[in-house]
Amino acid sequence: MMKEYTYTEKKDTRSGFGAGLLEAGQRNPDIVALCADLTGSLKMNAFQKAFPDRFFQVGIAEANMMGIASGLTIGGKIPYTGTFANFSTGRVYDQIRQSIAYSGKNVKICASHAGLTLGEDGATHQILEDIGMMKMLPNITVIVPCDYNQTKAATIAIADHQGPVYLRFGRPSVPNFTAANEPFEIGKAIVLNEGTDISLFACGHLVWEALEAGKILFREGIHAEIINIHTIKPLDRKTVLQSVQKTGCAVSAEEHQLNGGMGESIARLLAENYPIPMEMVGVNDRFGESGTPAQLMEKYGLNAASIAKAAQKALKRKS
Amino acid sequence: MTDIERLKATATQVRRDVLRMVHAVKSGHPGAPLGCAEFFSAMYFSVLRHSPKFDPEGKNQDLFFLSNGHLSAGWYSVLARSGYFEIAELNTFRKINSRLQGHPATDEGLPGIRVASGSLGQGLSVANGAALAKKLNHDKHLVYCLLGDGELQEGQVWEAAMFAAGRNIDNLIAVVDYNGQQIDGPVDEVMPLGNLKGKWEAFGWLVMEMDGNVVEEVLATMKESQRQCGKGKPVVVLMKTIMGKGVDFMEGSHKWHGSPPNDEQLEIALALLEETLGDY
Repeated sequence: MMKEYTYTEKKDTRSGFGAGLLEAGQRNPDIVALCADLTGSLKMNAFQKAFPDRFFQVGIAEANMMGIASGLTIGGKIPYTGTFANFSTGRVYDQIRQSIAYSGKNVKICASHAGLTLGEDGATHQILEDIGMMKMLPNITVIVPCDYNQTKAATIAIADHQGPVYLRFGRPSVPNFTAANEPFEIGKAIVLNEGTDISLFACGHLVWEALEAGKILFREGIHAEIINIHTIKPLDRKTVLQSVQKTGCAVSAEEHQLNGGMGESIARLLAENYPIPMEMVGVNDRFGESGTPAQLMEKYGLNAASIAKAAQKALKRKS
Repeated sequence: MTDIERLKATATQVRRDVLRMVHAVKSGHPGAPLGCAEFFSAMYFSVLRHSPKFDPEGKNQDLFFLSNGHLSAGWYSVLARSGYFEIAELNTFRKINSRLQGHPATDEGLPGIRVASGSLGQGLSVANGAALAKKLNHDKHLVYCLLGDGELQEGQVWEAAMFAAGRNIDNLIAVVDYNGQQIDGPVDEVMPLGNLKGKWEAFGWLVMEMDGNVVEEVLATMKESQRQCGKGKPVVVLMKTIMGKGVDFMEGSHKWHGSPPNDEQLEIALALLEETLGDY
């Protein structure tokens, strides 16, 4: 049987970040936050209100924000930067590379509005390359939680991790299905459903879609193992390999370019250790466009139906 | 020897170190650190309240950031000579498995360095953050940041300048190495800085000026800049220097920005600079 996941409400992951930041700030007085003129969008108002002296509005100057965050760590602070994913990565890649990653600074780069689900603003803002850029940098941990509760838990957990972190979340309301009290363990993938026929690896908004795909497949007599890869770097090699050794084929699903994404990291692991048929769901070397999140996910093939279709393809290659 | 004489002697030794370091590996940037030798000496042997027993977080001491990281040879020299690491280690500059990377880095754990630099334009932002942390920690010490004049062509510097003034970061002293030269030629030809004093003033900074090659003036100006801290404004010192200072055939030319001397040139240069503290 498929393990049943239900939810009482849909919530945005960025609000999970806002709630987590407030709680982390209450727990640890060294936590400070910086924002580049997107405090409302990032849901950082609660932290700002609770800790006005520990919140820094830097204006529309993301490069400066990354440098300031680096400098704050030198005084023992734990800075969380907040802006859209596009301005958190591509716009400031060299600042992150030199002043944060290479310098080993304890900065938490928190990035909202990632991927196509940013929606109507269009491709200028819909970054689909950020996971790739961040995972290529030595020293950086890359985390992509799947819902409100997990984003909140991850936001709290990264404060206790020494070193730079890239935390990616999004704009739309999505099913909030993970348990509110579930602790977040960096680098430990979560097996949401055990299965024997195929492994479905997903991160972020695609985790729920993978669960839905599991139901479609189950009706066709296929038992999918569904794994939430919330930490892309370091990848949970053990959990991934154990799963494919049982199922013998896999699908990866992410709201990101196929080039440089989570699926690519898994494909490398499998190629080096346990080559099996694998299909990848993601954006194939193109930019996004304006539209509602649901329309975009459908048009670009990032939903349950696409994952189920990819699974059938992988299963065919296995036999 | 008076304090001034001692600082002058140290500056001369820094120049010898810089020349020998870049000559030994046939690479590096001698021009600007030669011009900043008096400044480096004055900072590490008089101005900074610091401890060579290195604490990366730098609590309860002044912090120095080198935004124009290509001056690494000069910085390494003065760090070694003020006790951060063995002077003999200068011999490893830019070599494989060295802590003395081509541009300053923290990755290898060299004492004295708190952030990597070299990709230009980032240091003043980092200094802003370090200065903010000092305020949060109720630490009254100051944060210094050296930038190149060519580096001011980077837009991020002005983001940082706007922030420092807008947020009243008055425990921060920026120093601009105003030597008028960059790799491709004179700064005024490559991309003119225009009214540099007016630009910083318009951004809300208190601007001071000094001749960076006169030790007495460096000391007096830096001490005055300290007195101007805590008054609501960040302070910038426009420091006139001569690229290649101390070696007549290098002085004032951008050609020595990133080129080491050959054997013969080194010999001529060293003959102009007395070995004051002993070569490494």
